Amino acid sequence: MSRLTQIIHAGRKLWHFHGGLHIDDHKDMSLQRPLRDAQIPDRLVIPLHQHIGELPVLKVKIGDRVLKGQLIAEAEQYVSANIHAPSSGTVIEVGEHAISHPSGLKSVCITLETDGKDEWSNELPEPMTDYQNFSTSELGQRIRWAGIVGMGGATCPSSVKLNPGPGKKINTLIVNGAECEPYISCDDSLMQNHADNIIEGIQIVMHMLSAKNCLVGIEDNKPKALQSMQSAVEKSGNNQIEIISIPTIYPSGGEKQLIQILTGKEVPSHGLPADIGIVCHNVGTLEAIYEAVILGRPSISRLVTVTGQGVKEPGNFRVANGTSIANLVAQAGGYTADADRLIQGGPMMGYTLYDDDIPLTKGANCVLVTTAEEIPSNTPAIPCIRCGRCAEACPVELLPQQLYWHARSRDFDKTQDFNLFDCIECGCCSHVCPSHIPLVQYYRYAKTEIWTKEEEKRKSDIARQRHEFRQARLERIEAEKKARLRKKKEDLENKKTSDTKDPKKAAIEAAMKRAAEKKQKMQESGVKPANTEALTTAQQKQIDEADKRRGDR
Amino acid sequence: MQFISKNSPHTFKPNSVQRIMLEVLLALVPGIIAMTWFFGWGTLINIAIASVTAVVAEALVIKLRARPALPVISDFSAVLTAVLLALALPPLAPWWITVLGSAFAIIIVKQLYGGIGYNPFNPAMAAYVFLLISYPTHMTSWLQPSMLSNIELDFVQTLSIIFNGTLPTGLSWDTLSGATPLDEMFTRLDMNQMIEEIRQSALWGDFGGKGWEWVNNWYLLGGIYLLYRKVITWHIPVSVLGSLLVFSGLAYLLDPATHPYPAFHIFTGGIMLGAFFIATDPVSACTTKKGQLIYGASIGAMVFIIRNWGGYPDAVAFAVLLMNMTAPTIDYYTRPRVFGTAGKSDHE
Repeated sequence: MSRLTQIIHAGRKLWHFHGGLHIDDHKDMSLQRPLRDAQIPDRLVIPLHQHIGELPVLKVKIGDRVLKGQLIAEAEQYVSANIHAPSSGTVIEVGEHAISHPSGLKSVCITLETDGKDEWSNELPEPMTDYQNFSTSELGQRIRWAGIVGMGGATCPSSVKLNPGPGKKINTLIVNGAECEPYISCDDSLMQNHADNIIEGIQIVMHMLSAKNCLVGIEDNKPKALQSMQSAVEKSGNNQIEIISIPTIYPSGGEKQLIQILTGKEVPSHGLPADIGIVCHNVGTLEAIYEAVILGRPSISRLVTVTGQGVKEPGNFRVANGTSIANLVAQAGGYTADADRLIQGGPMMGYTLYDDDIPLTKGANCVLVTTAEEIPSNTPAIPCIRCGRCAEACPVELLPQQLYWHARSRDFDKTQDFNLFDCIECGCCSHVCPSHIPLVQYYRYAKTEIWTKEEEKRKSDIARQRHEFRQARLERIEAEKKARLRKKKEDLENKKTSDTKDPKKAAIEAAMKRAAEKKQKMQESGVKPANTEALTTAQQKQIDEADKRRGDR
Repeated sequence: MQFISKNSPHTFKPNSVQRIMLEVLLALVPGIIAMTWFFGWGTLINIAIASVTAVVAEALVIKLRARPALPVISDFSAVLTAVLLALALPPLAPWWITVLGSAFAIIIVKQLYGGIGYNPFNPAMAAYVFLLISYPTHMTSWLQPSMLSNIELDFVQTLSIIFNGTLPTGLSWDTLSGATPLDEMFTRLDMNQMIEEIRQSALWGDFGGKGWEWVNNWYLLGGIYLLYRKVITWHIPVSVLGSLLVFSGLAYLLDPATHPYPAFHIFTGGIMLGAFFIATDPVSACTTKKGQLIYGASIGAMVFIIRNWGGYPDAVAFAVLLMNMTAPTIDYYTRPRVFGTAGKSDHE
C-alpha cells in the first residue's frame, strides 16, 4: 500500500505516484505537420488578465500607435505581469471583451489593429548574452520586465517563482517537459525545435537560483524530444542537467507529481516546492526566459497546439498573444463539418468555450476541437456505488467517493476534513467513474462555496468589527462628554463655595497683617532697620546728594 | 461559430455500472452450472422467479417515485441481487419464498433506502436472513447432491414441486432432502463425535462436502475472473478467506479431533460465493483499501465463530450483515494518508 514505489525506468531510479491513468495520447495528430508561425491577424485582442495575481495598469490609450514589444500594460503589484504589444499597429479600442473562461466572462482588453509591418520597438533592453555576469536581481528584473508567466497553464508570474524568498535554499531545478495531457504537443514540438534555447534558459535559471542540479522530466512517448534535449545538453557541456525519460502516465506533468517521480519527495500539503528546495518550471517558460535574457525580447507569443478531429489540418503554431481562436483554427484549415466541442486545454483538464471569438493568451497551450464521435456527450450520471475506482486512480490519494458524498450534501466542513483542497482537479476520478458522475465539478463547486463563505465571513467580520469600533467610539465620546460636563459642574460648585472666602485675598491679608505686626514689634522694642545705622561720611554724602537730586526734580 | 458547454474531464473510460453488473453475472455462470449439475433444475427456476420479481418490484417502486424506470432497471443490479439470493435458497424452495425474498430485498432493503448506492445492507443477504428467520423449515430443506441421490427430478417435476408443492408419486421429502455437510459436521460435533467418525459419512468429498466442494470451486473460478477483469480487487476475498483459514487452522492445530480441517471451511457452505460475490458488494462494503482488509478479515472471523458456536449452520449472511453495519465507521478510521500530509490524516 506504500505509494512511494521505486521503479527503474530507462535505466534510472524513479518513483511512482499513487494512481494515475494510462490513456490514449492522440498526440500524433498534431505532430504530423512541422511547427509553423501563425500569421498575425489584422486585429489582436490583448486581455490584461493573462496571469494569476493583480491586473497590470494600462499604459496606452485609444489612437496610440504602438510598436512590437512596447510595454502596453505595466505590473504595479508584486504578483502581476507586464504586457507588451505583440505586433506594431494602432490601439483602436480599450474595453470589455470575452476572454478565455468557461463562463464566457468578460474582462478589459486592448484591441490592436495591426499594420502588417511587425515593426520592433527601439526601446527594447540590451541583450544579456553574458548573463553569468549579472546578479540574480538584475536577471529577475529582466524576467519581470518581459512579463513571463508559467506557460504550462498555471500562469504564475515567473519572477515570483524565481524569488523563493530569504531562507529558502533551492537545490534542484525541475523542468516540466512531461506534457501528460492527451492531444497536446506544443511542448514536444518546442523541445524538438528549440532544445538549445530551453537548455540556455535552464542554465540562466540555475545561475539565478544557484541550483546544484536540474532534472528535466519528459514522458517516454516523446522519443524525439528526449533525443533533441539530450543532444542539446551534450552540446552545452553542462553535466548538472539531466534529461530523464519518465513513464507515460497521466498526470505525471502535475508539478507535485513530477517532483515525486523525479525525486521521491512530496511537496507538503498547502506548501510550495520551494519548501523542499525545489523550483519547477515548464519548458515553454524557460524558452521565454531565454528570449528575454539573451535576446532582450518580451513574452509576446507562444506555441499553441490546434488539434482534434474537428480541425482540418491539426498542428503546432507559434501564435502572437491576442490572436483569436477563430483566426488560428482558420489557419489550421478551419473546422470540419462535424466539429462539436471547443476545448481550451486538453481533454482532461481543459474547459469548453461556447464561442470561438476568444483571444489566446500566455497560458493557452492547446485548442482542441472534437467531434461527437471522438468525445461523445457524457451519459447521464447515476448514483455512486462506492466501487472505489476513483480512489484507486487519485494521484493525491484522496477518497473521491467520500468527498463527492459530502460535497453533494453541502457538508463543506466534512469535505475539508477529507482534504478537499489537496485535490488538483486532474479528472482521473471522473474519467474512471462507472456511474459517470462529474466528480471534479462537485469539488470545484465545494471549493468555490467554501471560498465564498470565507469571503463572506471575512467581510462580515470586518463589518462586525467596524460596528463594534463605532459602538465603542460612540460610547467613548458619550463618556467623555459626560465627564467634561461633570467636571465643569464640579468646578462651578467649587467656585461658589470659595466666593465666601477667597484664598488669594486671604493670603494677601495674612501677609499684610504679618508685616504690620513685625513693624509694630520693632518700633516697640526701639530697633531700627540696621542698614541706615553707622554710615560712613562718604555714604552719608552720597545719600545727601541723592536726596538733593530728588529735591531738584 | 458556437459550441456546446461541458465540464472536464471530457473523456471517460468505457465503463459503466451496467457493465460491472453484467460481468459479475457472467462470473456467476460457472457456479450456477455447478449448482444445477448437483442440485437439479430448481436452481435455474429459482433464479428465474427471483429475477422477474426483482425487476417488477423495482419498476413498481420507481414508478411510485415518479421516475423513469428503464434506466434504473437496465443497470442489472436488481437482477444480480435476485440471482445471488436465488443461489442461496434451497433448490426446491416453494415459489412464494423466492418471490417474498426477492421483493423484500428490492423494496425494503434497497429502494426504501434510496435505491442503488444508498442501501447500507446487502439486499440479497438481508432477504436471506429474513427468510431464514421467518421460514426455517423451508429454508433448511436442502437437496442431496446428485451423486448421493439416485433420484433424478426432471424439469417438469421440479416445476411442479416448486409451484404446487406436490412431490412425484413414491417420493417423500425425507428421501429427497438431506443434511448439508455443514449441518452434519456441526450437529455431530455437538453430539461429541470425533472428526474421524464424522468423516466416515458418505457426504464427504476431498476437501468439503461432496458436490459442495465443486460448487465452491466453480465460484472460485468466477471470482478469479472478476479479479482478472478488475471488477473487484483482491482485498476483500483474500482477507475473508485468509482470516477464515487462519482461525480454523489455529483451532485445527489446537485440537484436530474436534475441529474440522481448514479446507473444509473454505470449500463447504456459501463461503466462496460470500467472499467473491457478496462481501465485495461495493455499496455495503468498506471503500478504503485498509478498511476492506479489516472488513473482510472480520467477516472471516465472524463466519468461523458463528459456524462453531452459532445456532445457524452457515454464517456468511449474518457475518456480512453485521460487518455492513460497521463499514462506515471502519472507513472513517482507515482513510489513506493524503499526498503531502505528514500524519495519517488531519483529524487524527
